Amino acid sequence: MEANKPLGEIIAPAFDAEGRQYGYVHSIETGAAVDGPGMRFALFVSGCQFRCLYCHNPDTWKLHTGKQWTVDDIVAEIGKYASFLRVAGGLTISGGEPLMQAHFIGEIFRRAKQDLRIHTALDTQGFLAAHLPDDYFDNIDLVLLDIKQMNPEKYEALTGKPLQPTIDFAQRLFKMGKKIWLRYVLVPGWSDDEADVQALADYLGDMSRQYPNVLERVEVLPFHKMGENKWAELGLKYELADTQPPSQAVVHRVREQFRAQGIFCC
Amino acid sequence: MNAPIDKALDQSQLDAWRGFTAGEWQQQVAVRDFIQANYTPYEGDDQFLAGPTERTTQLWNELSALLKEERKRGVLEVSAQFGSTITAHDAGYINKDLETIVGLQTDAPLRRAIMPNGGLRMVQNGLKAYHFEMNPQIEEIYTNYRKDHNNAVFDAYTPEIMACRSSGVITGLPDSYGRGRIIGDYRRVALYGVDFLIADKKREKAELDDVAFSENVIRLREELAEQIKALNELKVMAKKYGFDLSRPAATAQEAVQWLYFGYLAAVKEQNGAAMSIGRISTFLDIYFERDIKEGRITESQAQEYIDHLVMKLRIVRFLRTPEYDDLFSGDPTWVTESIGGMSEDGRTLVTKSSFRVLNTLYNLGPAPEPNLTVLWSTSFPQGFKEFCAKVSIDTSAIQYENDDLMRPKWGDDYAIACCVSAMRVGKQMQFFGARVNLAKAMLYAINGGVDEKTGKLVAKGFEPIKGDVLNYDELMAKYDKMLDWLAKTYVTALNCIHYMHDKYAYERIEMALHDRDILRTMACGIAGLSVAADSLSAVKHAKVHIKRNESGLAVDYVIEGEYPAYGNNDDRADDIAVWLSTTFMDKIKAQPVFYRDSMPTQSVLTITSNVVYGKKTGNTPDGRRAGAPFSPGANPMNGRDKNGFVAAGFSVSKIPYESALDGVSWTASMTPDALGHNASDRVKTLAASIDGLFGPHGDECPTCQSAERVDQALAELEEGPDQLFHLNMNVLNKDTLLDAMEHPENYPQLTIRVSGYAVNFVKLTREQQLDVINRTFHAKC
Repeated sequence: MEANKPLGEIIAPAFDAEGRQYGYVHSIETGAAVDGPGMRFALFVSGCQFRCLYCHNPDTWKLHTGKQWTVDDIVAEIGKYASFLRVAGGLTISGGEPLMQAHFIGEIFRRAKQDLRIHTALDTQGFLAAHLPDDYFDNIDLVLLDIKQMNPEKYEALTGKPLQPTIDFAQRLFKMGKKIWLRYVLVPGWSDDEADVQALADYLGDMSRQYPNVLERVEVLPFHKMGENKWAELGLKYELADTQPPSQAVVHRVREQFRAQGIFCC
Repeated sequence: MNAPIDKALDQSQLDAWRGFTAGEWQQQVAVRDFIQANYTPYEGDDQFLAGPTERTTQLWNELSALLKEERKRGVLEVSAQFGSTITAHDAGYINKDLETIVGLQTDAPLRRAIMPNGGLRMVQNGLKAYHFEMNPQIEEIYTNYRKDHNNAVFDAYTPEIMACRSSGVITGLPDSYGRGRIIGDYRRVALYGVDFLIADKKREKAELDDVAFSENVIRLREELAEQIKALNELKVMAKKYGFDLSRPAATAQEAVQWLYFGYLAAVKEQNGAAMSIGRISTFLDIYFERDIKEGRITESQAQEYIDHLVMKLRIVRFLRTPEYDDLFSGDPTWVTESIGGMSEDGRTLVTKSSFRVLNTLYNLGPAPEPNLTVLWSTSFPQGFKEFCAKVSIDTSAIQYENDDLMRPKWGDDYAIACCVSAMRVGKQMQFFGARVNLAKAMLYAINGGVDEKTGKLVAKGFEPIKGDVLNYDELMAKYDKMLDWLAKTYVTALNCIHYMHDKYAYERIEMALHDRDILRTMACGIAGLSVAADSLSAVKHAKVHIKRNESGLAVDYVIEGEYPAYGNNDDRADDIAVWLSTTFMDKIKAQPVFYRDSMPTQSVLTITSNVVYGKKTGNTPDGRRAGAPFSPGANPMNGRDKNGFVAAGFSVSKIPYESALDGVSWTASMTPDALGHNASDRVKTLAASIDGLFGPHGDECPTCQSAERVDQALAELEEGPDQLFHLNMNVLNKDTLLDAMEHPENYPQLTIRVSGYAVNFVKLTREQQLDVINRTFHAKC
């Protein structure tokens, strides 16, 4: 039995003295246009088991460094923008790794969908998804799925965790027909190898042919160092200090690899 | 005829109104009715547009060389021998063989005229600053025989107004130059021809032959006589270019030419702070549609006429002083053209020519003038929404104002004067009133009317705050009284200014293109809204200690704790900004006299004079340092809007339009990357965001309704939901701006939007450039 238990842990739902459910929030951004379709309310929650070398939000890693917010207060805050979001975008919950607080965000998604009637997106690497039943995702319109590498050894070296749970989750989303935007951070020396990219492109191409209209796009995000100062502030060593952003040519090559599979890629 | 007319036939033989749907507009001056009866809404996309013709490109290249020379020298040439009038100068051309639309302010491009009626001093200082000689005869005339507006105003001012003016608590008053912000209905010249308009003015005057001759009537009769003279001069001016304006325009080319001549006469006569052209593209579209249908012109020619007209509008110039340019950033003329909007019957007023006017930004490259202003409606056709967004992303040269907010107030034939001031074309004008500095007024409340920078007593009869910590209730009580004093002094100054402007620098031709009986607004304004709101928020929510100098004057503030800042969609701070706006408007309205029974209004608009206002204001209780720029318009203070673009826009949306009918300005800057990963995402996201901000928005959360929230929702229903009034959109990289500061020669056309209008970035002072760069860039981090 132990062998079947999914990796990692989702934290238990938390309630304050008055019985209100709460969670930990890193920050709120009301004008996020690169985290799902349109202009979005982005809720960045804290807590992540991954320690990606290129992480630009290492300040979101520790759950309890976030600010405590009740679900009621968060939904009220999103509610201020509901009319705007219905026209212009929607809600994206990102992090950190949001699924660490799956109960907290699940409740936010439920009310965003059912009460506020806005588009919802979850930005995740999917590591913890196996803990959750299919109907958990009913209130989520779109999954922004981060696959950081297709090569298992390199994946683990880059993130500190195994790849398989993420691939399992991708498989499940295709089967469920849940819309996916796949996000691939392109880091020279870590995720720009042509064969590794090809393995991911082939996989996504196969899946898309088997389950059409699920994967809507692949976003290739060139590595940047805008998070470097945060590592220093946290007293952490930034391993990628000497890594440069990828060249235009490499970005183009990688995008073409995905496009060759008939996938919309930008 | 000088212009290369494309069909060589005598256009005067054509029936000018052939093919038009008949109506009342044929019996009386009624341009709006003509438009409504004849225009063709366009619901498609931008695929039909034509690029520049060869002669357009050649003409623009020739002009660009002159513009480059002008940038180098500040002012290229001045026609300083005589004052400008409608007929003073001979015909002038850029290149006669290439121009399809002709007419210059003087006899050569970029040669500036002098207009001493507004104020001899401005002319003298302008000439001196750029090393030109003044004709001594003009000095003699304006010293011995003729009084100018500037002198007249100062004859009437009180010592208190003078003190306010020099301390900067009231700034930018149009008391030494033309007030501007009056839009002649230049379309009338094209639709009716000048003889029809003269006959109509004569009728208007004759109706006043048998009434009691009060001062008002006598003034009006003199004005009407001047208007008729100006219309006759307009015909004389056009004759110099070989055109007979007595009859209506018979073709599209003539319609553009006639209309432009009307405008040209205005900018020959008046050095107004803002000389807007109105709402012309949909009007002109009717002529384009007819000519295209008749096979008279092609799309390429239609675009060429618009391109050539816009080239002319780009070189409207006035001689001003370097100080004036500092205040207003660069050398603006606010040739505002209002584009689009919706008809009251629900049809869109977007036509193909709405696209054509925006297309000039591609055909000629970006430029700050004309100030292209889209009257945005959430009901716009999608094709136009996306084209506007694309133009914003590519050029940063257009601004948006909320037609859905303005239409119920002003109908469907208003235009924007200057930056954000709506007025019914030909039926309404405003008395431009610049603005008061609300932040400085707060420091006066703290210091009992003593100026924090000079130590001089400006407002008499007030007691300073004596404690060492600012108490909210005490400060509010004193501030309230200080604002009463400010409103009174301010309106007194404006009454003096506009009385004298009517008397000594009357806008003859602009007013000739208005109805006789019009609505006049007294356009007051406030600056420093965010600084004042944040200061009050700091006093209310944190603890603000006063630091005094040796003479006991409060000169600095230390904040203990944190306070919510305006611009984060947080009512604790935003409500204070709303209070400031509505309270000052009420205090204005409470004044006993408004010159010519004008209707008081207010704007929250500072242009980039926010830099100059900041310079004139000491340390403020919000933590802003002395001399630091204010935020422009109704913007949150730089860097204090921490919740992102939409939250900031929502805060600004809370300022009720009712309390600021002259406009509430918001400038937002974004990097292209922050708008999406690819061009098509960016266009769609920006278009949808404008819809989201301009559409009604309010708080909603059905599952977390408390009694308090229900009350609030009900209150909002009563006031109307929040809607953003104005959006000045920049889509730019910070790096581009930094590079342009170092290498201005590589960016001659780099255009950015500042509060309400656009400027050439490289023409700003270094200080203003840094201010623009330091303003919140909403970039993804």
